[in-house]
Amino acid sequence: MSILVDADTRVICQGITGKAGAFHAEQCLNYGTKLVGGVTPGKGGTVAGPGLPVFDSCHQAVAATGADATMIFVPAGFAADAAMEAADAGIRLIVLITEGIPTLDMVRLRKVLDDRGVRLIGPNCPGVISPGRCKIGIMPGYIHRPPEPGSKTIGLISRSGTLTYEAVWQCTTRGIAQSTCVGIGGDPVKGLNFIELLEMFQADPETDGIVLIGEIGGSDEEQAAAYIRRHVTKPVVAFIAGRTAPPGRRMGHAGAIISGGEGTAASKIAALEAAGITVVSSPADIGKTVADALA
Amino acid sequence: MKIHEYQSRQLLAAAGVPVPPAEVVETAAGAVEAHRRIGGRVVVKAQVFAGGRGKAGFVRLCADPRETEAAATFMLSNRMISPQTGPAGVAVRKLLVAAAVDVAAEYYVGMVIDRTRLCPVMMVSREGGVEIEEVAARRPEAIVKEWLHPHLGLQLYQVRRLAAAMGLDAPDRFKDCAATLTGLADVFLRHEASLAEINPLVVTADGRVLALDAKLNLDDNAVFRHPEIQALYDDSEENPAERRARAAGLSYIALDGNIGCVVNGAGLAMATMDLIKLHGGEPANFLDVGGSVTPEGAVEAFRIILADPKVRGVLVNIFGGIAKCDLIAEALISAAREVGFNVPVVVRLEGTNVQRARRLLEEARVPGLLTATDLTDAARKVCAAV
Repeated sequence: MSILVDADTRVICQGITGKAGAFHAEQCLNYGTKLVGGVTPGKGGTVAGPGLPVFDSCHQAVAATGADATMIFVPAGFAADAAMEAADAGIRLIVLITEGIPTLDMVRLRKVLDDRGVRLIGPNCPGVISPGRCKIGIMPGYIHRPPEPGSKTIGLISRSGTLTYEAVWQCTTRGIAQSTCVGIGGDPVKGLNFIELLEMFQADPETDGIVLIGEIGGSDEEQAAAYIRRHVTKPVVAFIAGRTAPPGRRMGHAGAIISGGEGTAASKIAALEAAGITVVSSPADIGKTVADALA
Repeated sequence: MKIHEYQSRQLLAAAGVPVPPAEVVETAAGAVEAHRRIGGRVVVKAQVFAGGRGKAGFVRLCADPRETEAAATFMLSNRMISPQTGPAGVAVRKLLVAAAVDVAAEYYVGMVIDRTRLCPVMMVSREGGVEIEEVAARRPEAIVKEWLHPHLGLQLYQVRRLAAAMGLDAPDRFKDCAATLTGLADVFLRHEASLAEINPLVVTADGRVLALDAKLNLDDNAVFRHPEIQALYDDSEENPAERRARAAGLSYIALDGNIGCVVNGAGLAMATMDLIKLHGGEPANFLDVGGSVTPEGAVEAFRIILADPKVRGVLVNIFGGIAKCDLIAEALISAAREVGFNVPVVVRLEGTNVQRARRLLEEARVPGLLTATDLTDAARKVCAAV
């Protein structure tokens, strides 16, 4: 099993006629994702990439394809609108890749999606992948390893993109498979967060252990640590990026900033260790530590 | 994005927040004229982004125009040095000359986005005039909060609760207090701020409620749709290398160490800095070249790092996803040909098109370039080289 997505997930791509949308839609399709169409207002009736139908609206796309998930590449100023349209059309899982969405747009979007019970991954994220079954996002597919009978399998949750690939690759090269990897994104206001995903991975029989990759800013990791202490029995390995980051500076991600003494790596590491979680000091040792934890 | 106190103050005043009379000047003579027009005593405040102005002598109470002239001359002819500016300090170009008032009590009013509750939160405290973080650490119960509905904003009942928490709910105070709180929320939401603070908000000896300071940080992601905010932009205090990187679409932050870093992805860039530190080195910068980096952008990244006189070695750490390894390898080779590597450059590549990238680097035989087999190897090599 996997969480969030599986081989039957039917996906549309909003912004499929843009450069990034077209490229990654094709990559997902090649990986084996059931990508069934795309949406670009004004380009309905055309065909994108490898023969995918383009619709003017999410409502038309859902009616014609039966899609239940979407991958959004719409530019930042229109991305929240695109996500609301998807929710209104009945989409149940929204993967928002777009970077640079205004924070107040995200605040308003989350309220709309929460009221409808629609799940959001991102924004400013690589997306979600259940190796061998479904890839919705921009991560390179080949670095992942699908679970096989008898293989050790992890679930991964991360606020980062390439650092996630690094961790996944270190696991894959050690023969450790992944049930699902979720990049939750680097923004301060986002969709699914550590706690919801920890709950799903704890309940997923395929997942043997969990890798949590956090970074400076906010207090999500501290809250995750408290949750793990009470509710998670599977082994958890964590890495926190930004031990050397100076306070008051935004380290690339909008959410990666130490402000008012809150959000330091030291605070997160202390909280995780206090909850009995193995925190890796070197990003080079994530795979090795996971292998040890699952042994 | 930060804007100056005088700009924040103008936005708040326009939204109905009561402020004392004030003028912005750029010369000592202008400060004297402003003092004469305002009358009484004034406070002269240097308009710089860095904090620590008071202790550095760049906020002064002046009883007469002669004192104002001396204060203004001092501030405009000396660089302000505080713990937040670094040893070089910052030049002062503008001064705010504001009417001084007799303060009976100080309060704090602020607004940020609550990342856990996913909505804006307004915070007030009777302990004004000091850093709110200090209050939060020492006496968290002294801060009272109201969370704003994402679609509806600040409600009147919330204004009443906050006013009561500050003890400003009596009829003679409430009107000005309410104007302050609603004005602050209005500015925060209308211009899309990430932080809005009035510290201190004061009650004067003669019973007026006034905002004596104003601080606004705007959401960088929202500035594109706010021409009124773009017009306030001032990059004069920005590090020149950071300005240059921003123009090239790179995310770069200058640090104090001597190992330059070129990385793709913000998380991996932070992890690379941590890795260097773990192996006994000090990173000279944070640099995320981004996922959609162009060959020209990647070459510019190397130019910026190699132009930093502190840099004694460079670590290139790329996990190719969307940004492909061969593109980075080509940029490395171009940069080496163009500027030459005057310091050792350690390269660790993994991911998309890594084989082609390794072949390119091998064939180019770049002097000064060392390849690493993995992350730990890369960190050891670069730390040993500096």
